[in-house]
Amino acid sequence: MTGNAVDAGSVELAIEARGLVKRFDGFTAVDGVDISVPKGSIYGILGPNGAGKTTTLRMLLGIIDPDQGYRRVLGAERPTDVARRIGYLPEERGLYPAMKAYEAIGFLAALRGVPLKEGRRKGRELLEAHGLGYAADRQIRQIRQMSKGMAQTVQLLGTLVHEPDLVVFDEPFSGLDALNQGKLERMIRDLAARGTTVIFSTHVIAHAERLCDQVAIIAGGKVPFAGPVDVARDRLRPQVRLETRAQDGAWRAALPTDARHEGAFWHFTLPETGVEPLLRALIEGDAGILSLSIERAGLHDAFVAIAGEAAAKALEESAGEAK
Amino acid sequence: MSRPMTGMREKLRAAMVIARRDFVAVVFSKTFIFFLIGPVFPVLVGGLAGSIGGKVQQNVERPTIGLAMSAADSQAMMRARVELQGRVPGMIPEIVMLQEMKPGETFDARAALADGDRQVSAVLGGSLDKPVLTAPGERARQWVGVVSNLAARARSSTPTDYPDVAVEEVATSVAKVKTGQIYTAQTSQVMLFLLTMLLAGMVLSNLVEEKGNKIIEVLAAAIPMDAMFMGKLFAMLAVSLVGIAVWGGVGGAIVLAGARNLPTMSVPAVGWPLFLTLAFLYFAMAYLLMGSLFLSIGGMATTVREVQTLSMPVSMFQLMVFFFASFALTSPGTWIDWASIIFPVSSPYAMLARAAQYPDVWPHVVALGWQVFWVIVIVRAGAQLFRRTVMKSGPSTAKRSIWSRLRRAKAY
Repeated sequence: MTGNAVDAGSVELAIEARGLVKRFDGFTAVDGVDISVPKGSIYGILGPNGAGKTTTLRMLLGIIDPDQGYRRVLGAERPTDVARRIGYLPEERGLYPAMKAYEAIGFLAALRGVPLKEGRRKGRELLEAHGLGYAADRQIRQIRQMSKGMAQTVQLLGTLVHEPDLVVFDEPFSGLDALNQGKLERMIRDLAARGTTVIFSTHVIAHAERLCDQVAIIAGGKVPFAGPVDVARDRLRPQVRLETRAQDGAWRAALPTDARHEGAFWHFTLPETGVEPLLRALIEGDAGILSLSIERAGLHDAFVAIAGEAAAKALEESAGEAK
Repeated sequence: MSRPMTGMREKLRAAMVIARRDFVAVVFSKTFIFFLIGPVFPVLVGGLAGSIGGKVQQNVERPTIGLAMSAADSQAMMRARVELQGRVPGMIPEIVMLQEMKPGETFDARAALADGDRQVSAVLGGSLDKPVLTAPGERARQWVGVVSNLAARARSSTPTDYPDVAVEEVATSVAKVKTGQIYTAQTSQVMLFLLTMLLAGMVLSNLVEEKGNKIIEVLAAAIPMDAMFMGKLFAMLAVSLVGIAVWGGVGGAIVLAGARNLPTMSVPAVGWPLFLTLAFLYFAMAYLLMGSLFLSIGGMATTVREVQTLSMPVSMFQLMVFFFASFALTSPGTWIDWASIIFPVSSPYAMLARAAQYPDVWPHVVALGWQVFWVIVIVRAGAQLFRRTVMKSGPSTAKRSIWSRLRRAKAY
C-alpha cells in the first residue's frame, strides 16, 4: 500500500486498483500496487525498466490476471468486459505486414466492436487527417512498405479509431523522433481535453512532468507514491538560491545547516518557518541581498526522494538505453 | 455502457473477426496456389511409380511352367490346361514346351531354370503318373496343387463333362452388405485421416505469426484469448474446406471427363445423404479437435524451428489415433470400440465408421455434442495456458524453450 494515493472518494475513477500482486516463476514482478486514475486525466506510470510498469498495465487491461488484489476499470471488475471502450498501444508495436494501412486500422477497430466497413472508412479519414492520405489509397502501401515511424502512426490511429474512453500507452515515446514525440504529446493532450482518460508508462521523467496530472512512481514492483505531480514535488521542500553582497556577518546564523556555498550563490532548503523570517534575519543581519529565488523541486528530485538513488539511477539508465 | 465483451455472442463475433482476417490472409496469398496444387504431386508421383512399376513388371518373369515330358504327355498337359482354365480357382500358369523327351533321355531342369534365354519359372518333368516339379521353394508350394490337377486331368482317358451352371444373380446378400459396409467404414476412416493429417497440422504454426510481428498483445487486450483461438481454428477449417472443394471438384471433373468408373462403395447404413453430412461434420470435428490441440501446443512455440521440431511427434500422434480407431473397427462392441468412441480425438473416426455400419442416428447427435464440448474444453485450456505462459513481461520469457514454459505452466 502506498498510503499516499489521492482521496478517491471525491472523484470519479476510470481505473481503481488495490494491492495488485503478480508473480512469475517465484519472482514478484508487481508487489501490492495501488493506483487510482481519475476520469479524463493524464496519468503516468513512471519507473525504470523492469520496475513492473508493463505487468501493471497488462493486469489493468486484463491481458493477465493478478495473483492478488482488486482492479476496476471503467466500472468493470473484468477489464475484458469493457475492452470495446479501451484503446491499447503496447510497447512492442506490431501489425500484420501484408495489410494496407486502412485495412489495419479497420481490423483493429473491428476487434473493438466497430463494423469492419465503418472501421476502414474511419481509418481512411484518420490517415488523411494525420497527413498520411496517400497511405489511405486502396492500391498502395502495405504496412511492410512503410517506414517504422509511419507504421507506428498507423498503429496509434488504430488504437484510437473506436474513440475509446480510456487509452493505455505502454512506453509510447520510445522509438519516436523529437518531432513525432511532440505530435504524440499534443495528441495525448487533445484526448484528455475531450474527456478521454489517458494512462501511459514511461521512464522519461520529462514526459511525465510535462503531460501528467497524476503519476505513480514504481520501482522494484512497488508503488511508493501515487498521486498528483504537484503532491510528489511537494514531498521536497523548495530550494532557495541566495546571492549576497556581504561575504560574512551575523546574517549567516539565519542560514539553515544544509546551506552550501557554490560560486556566488548559497543553496539551501527553504526552512519550515517560511521565507519571511529568513528574509527578516538576512536584512537585519545586513547581508545585502542581491538576489533570492525559491524553486519548487522538480519531478526528478521528487523521484530520487521517493524511490531512492538506486531507482533514479536505473531510470536514467533506462532512458539512456532508449536513446 | 456497451455489452460485456465476454458473452458467447461477443466471443463468436470476435472469433469471426480473427477468422476473416486469417482466411483472407491465407486464401489471397500467392502461396495458396501451392497449397491447392499440393495433392497433385503425390498423385503424379504415384502415377509415375505405378507406370514404372508396370513396365518393370512386364520385363520380369511371367509365371510360366516349362515342360520336359514326352510329346504325348506334353500335349495332354496343354489340353488339360485349356479345359481347366476358368474351372479351378486362381490363375493357371502358362505352359510352354521346353523339350520333347525321348525314352531314357534326361533333362537338366536346374540348368533350364538358370538359363536366361528360356524365361520359365518352373520345369515340369517326369510323366503324367509321376510328375516332377522343379522350381524355387515358394513357386513349388504355390503350383504343386495346380500341377497335380493338370496331370490328373491330362491322364484321364475320358473327357470330363463339366455341366453349365445356371446363374441367378441377386442384388446383394446380408453378408455382402455387411462386408461392403465395413469396407465403406474403413475407406471413409482413411479419407478422414488423410484429410485431417494433411490439413490440421497447418494450425501448429498459426500463432507464430502473431508472436513474430508483435500483434499478439493487441489481440490479447482487445478480445478474449479463447475467441482468438476459435477464430484461428475456424479460419483454417474454412481454408481446408476450400481446398477440399477444389480437389473434389477437380477430381470429379477428371472422372467425368474420362468417363471412368470408380470402385463403388456399399451404401452406408444411414444412407448416403446422411452419411455425407455426417462425414462433413466429423471432418469438422476431427479438424477442430486436432487443430485445437495443435494450436495450444504450437502457441507455446516462439520460433518456426520449434514448430518444425513439433511437427513429427504431432504427425505420429495423429497416426496413432487413426490406428486406434481402425483397430476398434475390427473389435465391435468391445471396450476398445467404446474407448475409441469416447476418447475425444478418435471419436470422429470411430463414429464415422459407425455411421457406415449402423442405422441409428441419435448416437451421432450425442457424439457430436461430446466432441463440441471437448473442442471448447481444449480451446479454453489452451487459451488459459497461452495467457499464463506467453503473456509475460521481460525478455527472458521469449527466450525460454517451449518445454520449460510447459513445465512451469503446471506450477500455476
